Amino acid sequence: MFALVDCNNFYASCERVFNPKLIGKPIAILSNNDGCVISRSNEAKSLGIPMGAPAFKYDSVFKKHNVHVFSSNFPLYGDMSSRVMSILSSYTPNIEIYSIDEAFLEFRGFDNYDLEEYGKEMQNKILKWTGIPVSIGFAPTKALAKVANRISKKFDKKTKGVYAIESKEKREKALKWLKIEDVWGIGFKHSERLKSYNINRAYDFIKLPDKWVRNQMSVVGLRLKKELEGQSVLSLEEHRSPKKAIATTRSFEKNLTKFEDLKERISTFSILCSEKLRVQKSSCNSIYVFVKSNRHQKNKLQYRNGIVMTLPYGSNSSITISKYAVEGLKKIYKKNIEYKKAGVIVMGLIPNNRTQLNIFEKENPKHQILMKTLDLITKKEGPSKIKLASQDLKKIWKMKQTKLTKRYTTEFNEIILLK
Amino acid sequence: MKNKKSLNFFIPKKENTIGQWLSEEGISAGFPSPADDFKEVRISLDRELVKNKEATFYARVSGDSMIGAGLEDGDLLIIDRSLNPENRKIAVCLVDGEFTVKRIKKIKKTFYLIPENKKYSPIEITEENELTIWGIVVYVIKKV
Repeated sequence: MFALVDCNNFYASCERVFNPKLIGKPIAILSNNDGCVISRSNEAKSLGIPMGAPAFKYDSVFKKHNVHVFSSNFPLYGDMSSRVMSILSSYTPNIEIYSIDEAFLEFRGFDNYDLEEYGKEMQNKILKWTGIPVSIGFAPTKALAKVANRISKKFDKKTKGVYAIESKEKREKALKWLKIEDVWGIGFKHSERLKSYNINRAYDFIKLPDKWVRNQMSVVGLRLKKELEGQSVLSLEEHRSPKKAIATTRSFEKNLTKFEDLKERISTFSILCSEKLRVQKSSCNSIYVFVKSNRHQKNKLQYRNGIVMTLPYGSNSSITISKYAVEGLKKIYKKNIEYKKAGVIVMGLIPNNRTQLNIFEKENPKHQILMKTLDLITKKEGPSKIKLASQDLKKIWKMKQTKLTKRYTTEFNEIILLK
Repeated sequence: MKNKKSLNFFIPKKENTIGQWLSEEGISAGFPSPADDFKEVRISLDRELVKNKEATFYARVSGDSMIGAGLEDGDLLIIDRSLNPENRKIAVCLVDGEFTVKRIKKIKKTFYLIPENKKYSPIEITEENELTIWGIVVYVIKKV
């Protein structure tokens, strides 16, 4: 049996744990730079605020209905997530952390257990210990667990947030209810095409011949069909393979025109990428650098360009990566453009112990030691205490986070006050 | 067969090495340290005071309503949410959406939140109030 555990309105729920006045009130959480809505409380959902709503467009709605709007507080959400995941892993040794607020659990040899009871126990413990409400769906396959979870949420009055698809009858009933576009792993394109063949429900989909599904939707589609039929083909991914590419991209609060300003940003993005590379013990072989003007300002000169820079040797040194990234920027930079966005993507990632050696060139071996020291200082003292000279030391670039709550669980000076 | 008993899996602790002994196995000259056979893990407040790290949160006291119980303005509180509320325990409570730290007392069927300072009077929880016990205070840490 599999279970999918999903935290309800996770970011909004995290805010409520430390700000109980928000219980029962509409909440919207904004993305980095306060761009658009990325999490909503049920109250905000019923006001018709869609996922991804641009914050500036909904300003009047927020005001009219007293919606509590917050910038995303990732240090808080990350810590609350790890608490939830850690409690979950005390229930089964087999767990796949699927995202910040979702995890698949596998239960082997639990045949004599009443899973719904067990689920309720998990749900209660997580709520009591962390304050986070969760929904749990049990089923014989991962895809069906996803369906069961959806049912537990949709009919929460009846299910109390826990639902198990454990019989053929329940499975067929669920699939007859589930719309094709809501099936896990069926994208917009496939669902539109399936609908044109009058396949509107998940149940219609599993009645299709295997051969047709395989031809039309490849083996991925066929696997999904098998999963929905109750035959488990997708196993837990307990060990995430390291990422194949890492990106750091940002929109600027104000447009940038000067090369020096962009250079500082690109250098900082490279350093962030390098840090992420070192965390997963990989090196990269090439770097993609891009810049973009603001496409919403139609009266201004428009420009977008990107370039791939190949490194002579695999590296994860902040110095090397930022040097090549800035060289790339030099090649694509154009004067008199108001740039709105830029980014650095490191690609061709390989584990550190498998980097190829180059006969003619190699990195100064001092970099490795220097980076280790840098990472240690960052770990101890917090980020950005030491910078490269290509980063401007005076300028403080900050994400626009005007409605940020406190880091109640990760920063001693920001813990709750009690009267 | 329905079984309500839960299984608990214990995950090995991944503690960082700061504050632990480094054993120098490869000493080639001189006498080995006589303390080597007696080495123990150094005392850690975290290990001692935090019994349940997933359910542990910190807060700071503001004001003097609990001064009689030793909770002074600015003191650090360690709160364990996994514990069940019991009579006479000091708890972090939510009354009508407001945080407060008080001693909980149950007399017959009525709950009272008792301050430990004569300047303040006990709060009786009536049917109109909404009371949630957020967590139980397990330690007070003060700077001297």
